[in-house]
Amino acid sequence: MASATDAHHGHDAHHDHKPGFVQRWLFSTNHKDIGTLYIIFSLVAAVVGVFLSFLMRLELQQPGMQIFADGQMWNAYVSAHGLIMVFFVIMPALIGGFGNWFVPIMIGAPDMAFPRLNNISFWLLVPAFILLTASLFVGGGPGAGWTIYPPLSGRTGEVLYQTGPAMDMALFALHLAGASSILGAANFITTIFNMRAPGMTLHKMPLFVWSMLVTAFLLLLAVPVLGGAITMLITDRNFGTAFFDPAGGGDPVLFQHLFWFFGHPEVYIMILPAFGIISHVVATFSRKPVFGYLGMAYAMVAIGVVGFVVWAHHMYTSGIDVDTRAYFMAATMIIAVPTGIKIFSWIATMWGGSIELKTPMLFAIGFIFLFTVGGVTGVVLANASITQVLHNTYYVVAHFHYVLSLGAVFGIYAGIYYWIGKMSGRQYPEFWGKVHFWLTFVGVNMTFFPMHFLGTQGMPRRYPDYPDAMWGWNFVSSVGSYIAIASFVVFFYVMWLTFRKGEKAAANPWGAGATTLEWRVPSPPPFHTFDELPRIR
Amino acid sequence: MPAMRSRPDAAALARRNRRTALAAFGLVAVMAGVSFAAVPLYDLFCRVTGFNGTVRVGQAAPGAVSERTITVRFNATTHPNLPWRFEPGQQAVTLRLGEEGMGFYLARNLADRPVEGVSTYNVTPEVAGRYFHKVACFCFEAQTLQPGQQVDMPLAFWVDPRIAEDPNTRDIRTITINYTFFRTLADAERAGALASAGQHVGRGAR
Repeated sequence: MASATDAHHGHDAHHDHKPGFVQRWLFSTNHKDIGTLYIIFSLVAAVVGVFLSFLMRLELQQPGMQIFADGQMWNAYVSAHGLIMVFFVIMPALIGGFGNWFVPIMIGAPDMAFPRLNNISFWLLVPAFILLTASLFVGGGPGAGWTIYPPLSGRTGEVLYQTGPAMDMALFALHLAGASSILGAANFITTIFNMRAPGMTLHKMPLFVWSMLVTAFLLLLAVPVLGGAITMLITDRNFGTAFFDPAGGGDPVLFQHLFWFFGHPEVYIMILPAFGIISHVVATFSRKPVFGYLGMAYAMVAIGVVGFVVWAHHMYTSGIDVDTRAYFMAATMIIAVPTGIKIFSWIATMWGGSIELKTPMLFAIGFIFLFTVGGVTGVVLANASITQVLHNTYYVVAHFHYVLSLGAVFGIYAGIYYWIGKMSGRQYPEFWGKVHFWLTFVGVNMTFFPMHFLGTQGMPRRYPDYPDAMWGWNFVSSVGSYIAIASFVVFFYVMWLTFRKGEKAAANPWGAGATTLEWRVPSPPPFHTFDELPRIR
Repeated sequence: MPAMRSRPDAAALARRNRRTALAAFGLVAVMAGVSFAAVPLYDLFCRVTGFNGTVRVGQAAPGAVSERTITVRFNATTHPNLPWRFEPGQQAVTLRLGEEGMGFYLARNLADRPVEGVSTYNVTPEVAGRYFHKVACFCFEAQTLQPGQQVDMPLAFWVDPRIAEDPNTRDIRTITINYTFFRTLADAERAGALASAGQHVGRGAR
């Protein structure tokens, strides 16, 4: 593996020399180009994921079966929606996209530590995404939910739920996506530990870099466990083992433990980079340094650490005993403390600041508001006793869409509007950005807030049909989702306007509030960002 | 741009990067190993702690040491793939703490060929698992029944008197023991009913 500095000598560093198209985009080793590839990939996957959710809301708009043939088909679409959004939209955009683009620039590194490894990370995602999407068209599709619990995801012995190769394709897609994440995470850790510019100590690192460092460690510790669990699932399905089949001495609950040991850190993997972006945006548009920098950094570390010891709060109804539930309940609620530190620090950053409500700031404030709503329902769901009632209802669906679909996605949008001028050299149109924000804000809230009511009424998730009594809020939710989808179209219009008619962006279009290193290089940054490493004082 | 400094030695940096990446991949290997180690460890953990109603096995009863009685109820479940009729021989027995009790399950093979089954079991409430001892039981190994054969499956057990002292369990008056019988994978394979044949692992393997 060549390090960045080795690769660097191959080019003439003093001219902004770019390689040809194939060389630049297919064999890319430049962190900015790979970041761009990740963001484009994420947007393509988002179109697929959003389209699946559109079909789901069409189905749920009325009671009875509309467009789906049966429950298996429904479950396959729900599973694909979840897996695509988690592994191929949020993670590539936040980690691969913004992470690759800005971690090296922010710490004053010439590139990532392992540029070619970086290239492999990206190109592993493409076949993974193709496999997962194709699995929808093979047999009955992978209809076991994104949590892929056996026995529903298995076909051991005579239990034949997911018989065809669709499930195996989805599992293999997860393997590839997991390998991609692990390689990426090792790369980020090496870059952040070894490639910081002189003077850039850990305690001077921008918060986005901190968020990526914590995320990379979570990936490194959590994803191999998922890899182990799905490997066992694959051998159970295809090679006659019985890790999760009691008929052969296995235990299906073990899978749930393994899955959630990965799955809970995974939700922090998705939200921490968004935390980092929001910190930058709030500080920039309040024209103040972020409040409580060290507290913010170590709150993320604390969230990461505690995130590994709370997994069984996803399994309150699996038969674990009352003392275990009490522990997981207390541990889960403790996470509200560092999360609260972050929320209050963002508010304290805005307090007394000279606030400019540009589009990225609107998305950041929207993020703080909606993430708090999702966090509050999270504390509700942390209660084992309440979860006895709410487990697997739409209340849970509302909760995780508030923290992810409204939290992480708002983080992505905030990042895109904040950095699009830096990345493309052209500034987005402010008016249409605001139109996009308000449409999205209204649409997603209208989609997901009624789901709280449906959940408390007892509507279970993963069913394509429901009793007539639940029609009203389902209808509202569907209408909301059409507004949200319209806002997604508006987003592409904004991007089109940006690239066609956007004003040329200055090196720092945001003024005194934007203090990190990426605002000291031209927009877009030259192919080789730093001729000489910057020195941080 | 702030003051410049020459780049650190490229070879030293490459070496440092390789070391860090190696450590990172080492961590990945450890975590992958831990996920597989979880399979035996999970089983061990349940047996040691009585977690989730996992009962104790193998210790002889001390004889009645308490006046307090407890009711043990019997429950039976059969997996649809196992062509057996499997039911408890009695609804419940009442015994003194520390006293050895006896129960029977009745199993009958309804198929016209030999069928091998294996069971899993636990007790409810789950917290009682650590005080529920089984002395002898059919459940420890796979059972084969000939066509039409009916057997009584005996079960000897006792409840540790310390159950009356533990604040978490002292209000328990009834313990339900549940058995679920599955057809073994090996048997299903012999009968050609298996989707994917191969080497099996675990208790039911032959």
